[in-house]
Amino acid sequence: MAGFLVRRLVGRGVLVVLAGSLAYLLAAGVLDPRAEFEGRAPRPPEAVVEARLSALNLSDRVPLASRYRIWARGVLHGDFGRTQEGEPVNAELWRRLGVSLRLSVPGSVIGSVLGVLLGAYAAVRRGQGADRVITAGSYLLLAVPVFVLAALLQMAAATANDAMGVRVFAWVGESTPGEPGAFRGLVDQARHLVLPTATIALAQFALYCRYQRGLMLDVLHADFVRTARARGLRRRRALLRHGLRTALIPMITYFSYASGLLVLSGVFTEKIFGRHGLGEWLVDSITRGDVNAVAAIECAAACAVLPAGLVSDVLSGLLDPRLRAGAAA
Amino acid sequence: MRTRRGAAGAVLLVLVFLLAFAGPLVSPWGWDETDFTAFRQEPSARHWLGTTQSGRDVFALTLRGARRSLAIGLLAAVLSTGVAAVIGTAAGFAGGALDRALMWGADLLLVLPPFLVVALLAPGGAWPMLVPVLAAFMWMLTAKVVRAMTRSLREREYVLAARFLGVSGPRVIVRHVSPRLASLLAVDASLTVGVAIIAEGGLSYLGLGVRPPDVSLGTLVAEGHGAAATWPAGAAAGLLVLIVLAVNLLGDGLRDVLDPLRDGR
Repeated sequence: MAGFLVRRLVGRGVLVVLAGSLAYLLAAGVLDPRAEFEGRAPRPPEAVVEARLSALNLSDRVPLASRYRIWARGVLHGDFGRTQEGEPVNAELWRRLGVSLRLSVPGSVIGSVLGVLLGAYAAVRRGQGADRVITAGSYLLLAVPVFVLAALLQMAAATANDAMGVRVFAWVGESTPGEPGAFRGLVDQARHLVLPTATIALAQFALYCRYQRGLMLDVLHADFVRTARARGLRRRRALLRHGLRTALIPMITYFSYASGLLVLSGVFTEKIFGRHGLGEWLVDSITRGDVNAVAAIECAAACAVLPAGLVSDVLSGLLDPRLRAGAAA
Repeated sequence: MRTRRGAAGAVLLVLVFLLAFAGPLVSPWGWDETDFTAFRQEPSARHWLGTTQSGRDVFALTLRGARRSLAIGLLAAVLSTGVAAVIGTAAGFAGGALDRALMWGADLLLVLPPFLVVALLAPGGAWPMLVPVLAAFMWMLTAKVVRAMTRSLREREYVLAARFLGVSGPRVIVRHVSPRLASLLAVDASLTVGVAIIAEGGLSYLGLGVRPPDVSLGTLVAEGHGAAATWPAGAAAGLLVLIVLAVNLLGDGLRDVLDPLRDGR
């Protein structure tokens, strides 16, 4: 299995390097940092703008190829350059990556686990009340864009707060400034996490629930499940050990592609709930024309495919013995 | 059961279209008119859905936004499915180096998070520019499915017979392969409409898609969100959800009808 994993990892690594380069070239080719500098009041002299841009490797008078060479050399040394304000991109990237992960990891884990479980359950109970409710719910949820979902949750939370007379839900930023005490602070952070996590979880839940239900229906009447039943296994055991296990394999492959989706739902949740993560930074940087920051975020997002793909390969290798056998042969 | 869902989607979609395109004919206000006597009004006989903070009629604005969103979604979906069909059949039919190159390109675009790149490319430019940008990042998975189907179709007897009779490659694809793909593509196009409309709404919400003074459902939700009055954002959000729901229902209904191998879900 190790050989199989290494092969997949190398293949994806090449893709990520290319994707990162493409991201930089796109950002450098499309964005216009000069306009941002010239738009400042009072307008700086031409020579000052040019000197500043050249120092940051942003000048559009330098050919794209040589700007790319400078950038790539920096990245090889682990340096993504500086933002328009002259701050190092790296420090900001790590800080914001932490903020984003604290939000998206719990949300997506809750969402995907719930989605897989309820989707499988709905398939087993096909046509009955539970199935109808779950299917209709996920269907409706799938039609609601993330930004509408977040707004709806905020409205519901505000109503709940008013009704109870206590501010149970809070949603602006990561914590209330000046909340005293380590324990109170922790509770406060958790309180701020509820709504954005629920937004991400619900968005993921709808998707996974629908896929898993379809996959589970395919295996429900498969020969191997019937054989397992004929061998004397209880229905529940046959479905869990043989049905769900097989139905999970295509799902696992899907997880690795979903990491991009995660960044996407992160953009809206961070923007709406005022959390200063990668998604918010991306939107702000695009609006400002900050080439180095945009390229760094896109590289980080492309790199997220590597660990996600590795995890999905390991999991599908564990679930699917044919893969291990194929790799050994 | 299976056709009922599709029918419900179709009816809903027709109603939305009627509302979006015939609504302005009966609306007393144009979307770009300002009523200086009514700022932030509740719904009334004069303004059916109230007015915004700047005195614009919410009903007319919402319909205008819906027309934008529908146009962008439909065009982007058709374009993306078209690209997927051409690239998928070319890769599957030709095989060899062309196949590898095209599928590798698709993988590359899959690794690059599409929304990020779309957000980068979309700003600046009129709304028709959004269509190719959105379409450029929605074709990859469909192209892979089309390629897999084409590869299996290529080995069928009737396709081989046509080949041995000296029919040229492109002609075989058009005459013998593409009819088999038609139902898959129809279903894919209708499901992609929903994705495209949501993507457009999201971009416009962030201020990266449709720009003021033009409006789309996304910009309307963004403007209304956080304001004291929930009317303007609520109307736009509701219509957006309704459109996506209708399109998804229709797409699933189509799949159930056109693809008899899959039982109704």
